Amino acid sequence: MLYRENGQFKTTYAADQQTFPIAQDRWAILAILAFAFLGVPLFVDEYLLRAILIPFLILSLAALGVNILVGYCGQITLGAGAFMAVGAYAAYNFHIRIEGLPLLLTLLFGGVAAALVGIVFGIPSLRVRGLYLAVATLAAQFLTDWVFLRVPWFTNYSSSGSVSVANLQILGWQIAEPIDKYLFCLSWLTVFALLAKNMTRCAAGRQWMAIRDMDVAAEVIGIRPMVAKLSAFAVSSFFVGIAGALWGFVHLASWEPAAFSVDRSFQLLFMVIIGGLGSIMGSFFGAAFIVVLPIALNQFLPALGRLLGVTVSTAGVAHAELIVFGVLIVFFLIKEPHGLARLWSTGKEKLRLWPFPH
Amino acid sequence: MNAGGEVVLDLQKVSLSFGGVKALTEISFDVREREIRAIIGPNGAGKSSMLNVINGVYRPQQGEIVLRGQRFTRMTPYKAARAGMSRTFQNIALFRGMSVLDNIMAGRNLRIASNLFQQAIWWGPARREELAHRERVEQIIDFLEIQHVRKTPVGRLPYGLQKRVDLGRALAMEPSILLLDEPMAGMNVEEKQDMCRFILDVNDQLGTTIVLIEHDMGVVMDISDRVVVLDYGRKIGDGIPDDVRANPEVISAYLGATH
Ligand SMILES: Nc1ncnc2c1ncn2[C@@H]1O[C@H](COP(=O)(O)OP(=O)(O)OP(=O)(O)O)[C@@H](O)[C@H]1O
Ligand SMILES: [Mg+2]
Repeated sequence: MLYRENGQFKTTYAADQQTFPIAQDRWAILAILAFAFLGVPLFVDEYLLRAILIPFLILSLAALGVNILVGYCGQITLGAGAFMAVGAYAAYNFHIRIEGLPLLLTLLFGGVAAALVGIVFGIPSLRVRGLYLAVATLAAQFLTDWVFLRVPWFTNYSSSGSVSVANLQILGWQIAEPIDKYLFCLSWLTVFALLAKNMTRCAAGRQWMAIRDMDVAAEVIGIRPMVAKLSAFAVSSFFVGIAGALWGFVHLASWEPAAFSVDRSFQLLFMVIIGGLGSIMGSFFGAAFIVVLPIALNQFLPALGRLLGVTVSTAGVAHAELIVFGVLIVFFLIKEPHGLARLWSTGKEKLRLWPFPH
Repeated sequence: MNAGGEVVLDLQKVSLSFGGVKALTEISFDVREREIRAIIGPNGAGKSSMLNVINGVYRPQQGEIVLRGQRFTRMTPYKAARAGMSRTFQNIALFRGMSVLDNIMAGRNLRIASNLFQQAIWWGPARREELAHRERVEQIIDFLEIQHVRKTPVGRLPYGLQKRVDLGRALAMEPSILLLDEPMAGMNVEEKQDMCRFILDVNDQLGTTIVLIEHDMGVVMDISDRVVVLDYGRKIGDGIPDDVRANPEVISAYLGATH
């Protein structure tokens, strides 16, 4: 069937205000969800789950959070890793200190803790922007790195500095096998992506984008910059914090502060730049790209090296990865600030009008 | 035309300077309910600065703003918006990354009652409210005749349409006082006529008080009830168009200035 809205006459604004106003989009989303929940479990192997799918799901959730702040509200952050750490360690402390707290609440509380810390580190955004704000959020990164390494209370006085959780379950569902973990993360991501989509197309999203695009005009129509910016920091950190908690609890099961280093912050920022600033879809593209690229390079570069008669070391591949990211970031920032998502929507737009481009 | 209303906005001895530059010197004038009040003057006279002071974008070093009997020494854009003022900008200040619809919907911001949580789950109040605002915004879109571009990102629109969207966003606030900074600048005759019609309709049908900066003398003399003339930050004339036109100081300011 053709992709277009022609002929789908909307007789009410309600129909036009749905989450996905174009019918084909609705069907596509449903098909993707059905495939992800029912189809994927039929054929995946453990490697695919552990190395690609689970990290992809969790990082997508984090990227959604970062995109709300950076892409929608226009506030730069280099502290996403810190908020993941806060989410993970807060959830850990709720987990060990409150007997019998349901897993769902544990993870949500982790997100709430991250949101609160996010608001605190968002305060500088009321005064500074751009580079200065980036530095202020970087401070969050270094502070959390230090706190979780040096304050033993947070790691429950673990001698090695690493913490671990086991026996995750919800209402008797043991989240132990990779496939359970996959379905668990997929459920979180589905719900949160919907929440993000709703927020960004409602009043809240308009406030964020207004602040991003023209803050003086935003104030003139009665948007308070403080409310808009801090709510973006809170929502963003909430998403990122829950992603952090999932990363620790579900993906790693045992972790140390290095799991949420500044590298992670940069990685998340790269994801939203490459995927598409200010696009829900872009967050997924970016996460997929960044998860898959290293693995692809790992396969591809040594093979290419053999063809050319040179050996490519693992370190070489790692460097190549950084170079590729660097080049792509520069490309997207200059050529296509809306990232892969824009390439996607341009394609869709062409398709929508095809075969009559005008 | 209706020049006889009560004073809704009263500016008292407003002075504003940027470093050494005196943009406004002891300006006083008032605006009456339902009138179209024009501010004119040569380039750099301080007209935009005046508008920026009125809705709190600039803070004057001296002077007060009395809005419906309430005295403000420190007006802020937010307070002004709450008090029912909205405005457009000389250099269009639209949200470039957003669609026409979203730009105008953003103008409804102060009337949004649902909270973030309700919006996130697209539940009851948030959803109902969004639809109600959408209807209202669609009326504005119809009124400004921009239905065909409602889903277009404003950055892609031609200048004349952007000016309309800017007006649309201001109208979406349902202001009681509307401040317009050169709404017709850079337009061709036809576009100017359309814009004039919109302004007169708003004034006439909605009873909105309008403060208007405009360079085109023909337009100003045609549509405004009273005119303030600024030159080098000072007020050199104030009154109905015919009086202002006959004022020797105004004539010399305009003849002396490069126009
Ligand atoms: N933000 C600012 N910083 C410094 N000087 C300013 C600022 N805004 C205005 N000025 C100065 O104040 C004076 C009045 O400027 P204003 O923009 O109010 O004039 P205007 O009457 O609107 O002119 P135009 O017809 O060109 O729009 C000018 O000398 C201008 O350089
Ligand atoms: Mg001006």
